[in-house]
Amino acid sequence: MKQPPPIDPRAYWHSLRGILEREFYRFLQQRSRFLSALVRPLLWLVVFAAGFRAALGVAIIPPYQTYITYETYIAPGLCCMILLFNGMQSSLSMVYDREMGSMRVLLMSPLPRTWLLICKLLAIALISLIQVYGFLALAWLLVGFEPPLAGLLTVLPALLLTALMLGAIGLLLSSRIRQLENFAGVMNFVIFPMFFISSALYPLWKMREASEWLYWACLLNPFSHAVELVRHALYLELNLQALAITAGTTAVFTMLAVMGFSPERTARRKT
Amino acid sequence: MTLRRTLISLACSLLLTPAAFAEVAYVSNEKDDTLSLIDLDSLEVIETIAVGQRPRGITLSKDGTRLYICASDSDTVQVMDVASHKIIASLPSGEDPEQFALHPNNKLLYIANEDDALVTVVDVDSHEVLAQIDVGVEPEGMAVSPDGKWAVNTSETTNMLHWIDTETHQLVDNTLVDQRPRHVEFSDDGSTLWASAEIGGTVSVVDVATRQISKKLTFQIRGVHPDKVQPVGVKLTSDGRYAFVALGPANHVAVVDAKTYEVLDYLLVGRRVWHLEFNADESKLLTTNGVSGDVSIIDVAALKVVKSVKVGRYPWGLAVKS
Repeated sequence: MKQPPPIDPRAYWHSLRGILEREFYRFLQQRSRFLSALVRPLLWLVVFAAGFRAALGVAIIPPYQTYITYETYIAPGLCCMILLFNGMQSSLSMVYDREMGSMRVLLMSPLPRTWLLICKLLAIALISLIQVYGFLALAWLLVGFEPPLAGLLTVLPALLLTALMLGAIGLLLSSRIRQLENFAGVMNFVIFPMFFISSALYPLWKMREASEWLYWACLLNPFSHAVELVRHALYLELNLQALAITAGTTAVFTMLAVMGFSPERTARRKT
Repeated sequence: MTLRRTLISLACSLLLTPAAFAEVAYVSNEKDDTLSLIDLDSLEVIETIAVGQRPRGITLSKDGTRLYICASDSDTVQVMDVASHKIIASLPSGEDPEQFALHPNNKLLYIANEDDALVTVVDVDSHEVLAQIDVGVEPEGMAVSPDGKWAVNTSETTNMLHWIDTETHQLVDNTLVDQRPRHVEFSDDGSTLWASAEIGGTVSVVDVATRQISKKLTFQIRGVHPDKVQPVGVKLTSDGRYAFVALGPANHVAVVDAKTYEVLDYLLVGRRVWHLEFNADESKLLTTNGVSGDVSIIDVAALKVVKSVKVGRYPWGLAVKS
């Protein structure tokens, strides 16, 4: 059997740049998507959290050193909410890409699929980060959410890892879904449980007060750990347990997603 | 040998210097019958000391060597030696002492006796009761003017400020304020007296020369029911810039511009914030939060709460030793 010609290393960079640029242009063209990605968490922050401001006493839990308002508590969770919706929406767009054939064009490239999919994940993650920082700026303006300034830098890798994890989960889902219609159902069964059964809206001790099984469900949800990783990083702290779980989940789901897009599997699907 | 000893002692003194200069906050824990000591550098509790029953108001002598503690249920004012942390004397305070104020002469202690409607004046050196002055029902807050001329007491049920002439120990005037006045604080220049009214939800600024109210402050916190706004502790910066008001179960400290009387901000602290105290350079303001059992530390320059430190049950009074 004839060996394929070796790939020029520059092609890797070229493909990464190409995929990043495409995602960026798509982002620029879909301004309404950017706005809706911001409106959703802002509604939670300004309307939902305002009602709970005094009703819900948040005790001092790490990484906080003193009492905080509910707005301050949910802001990191809402950052992750942006990443969650974006990760899933981008996967939705991949199903669309597949239906329209552009995904096939991408996957026909001589470069390894793993590389292409990682480029795709990275592109989705980087676009999400722009939206998260946009949200943080608005949260500061609207409700005075003020983490330490250096925290805006230290949170960057935590946000990136979280975005990759959620993108990988989305990618895996998109590899399993044939049609756009099916995806809507998955959104309901994946996004909402993932967001609500986590530490994004209430601290885990509060969940435990409500019910023991809910607490355990939150603890088993990798999204909870991603939220805690982001929360700690915003306050210049490293939560090692959250980092290990988020990184581990990212690795596992990326691997599964790559396997889902493997040529053998794609070929089997066609037959 | 002498050189070695000198070097060792020099090294020891160098090592001990930061600790020696560290400021320590004394916090009375009403339900634990203890004092918690907080190191104001590390912002951690470094020691807990058992004292008399139900310690509430505490204050340091002007030279910082003695700490006076109102042990309310022991019906005494205890005197603690700050260096050794030993109780060295008990002053005849009258029944149920709650708050007191030390005269600038470092000699006379004015003690409010809540159950007896009295203010007891005690000589802290001779341990003698010099006078007992009848005031309104349930006396609570006490303050002595910076020039030492006035001792002012608040009575919770009569709703008055009682002006006591410190030379004659006679009650010479009363000022009616809003319901349940709990605390009074003179400005550093002695021109105004700030009196909080817990049920009234106000702070009255009284002109000392005329003993009339010149301004009344009210507070509104977004998302907090007005009934929960119950002002208690008041503290004024010595530069006359800010006044801080502890708002009890509203769990906030109000920051007031002491010149324009405008409320600038509300800082979230622990539950049922009670009394306040500055450190020596007024860079930090400490609050006792009774229900949550902690002390919040406010960065005065940034007007931000930096940390809340767990202490005993129902922390009440504060004193800072520099």
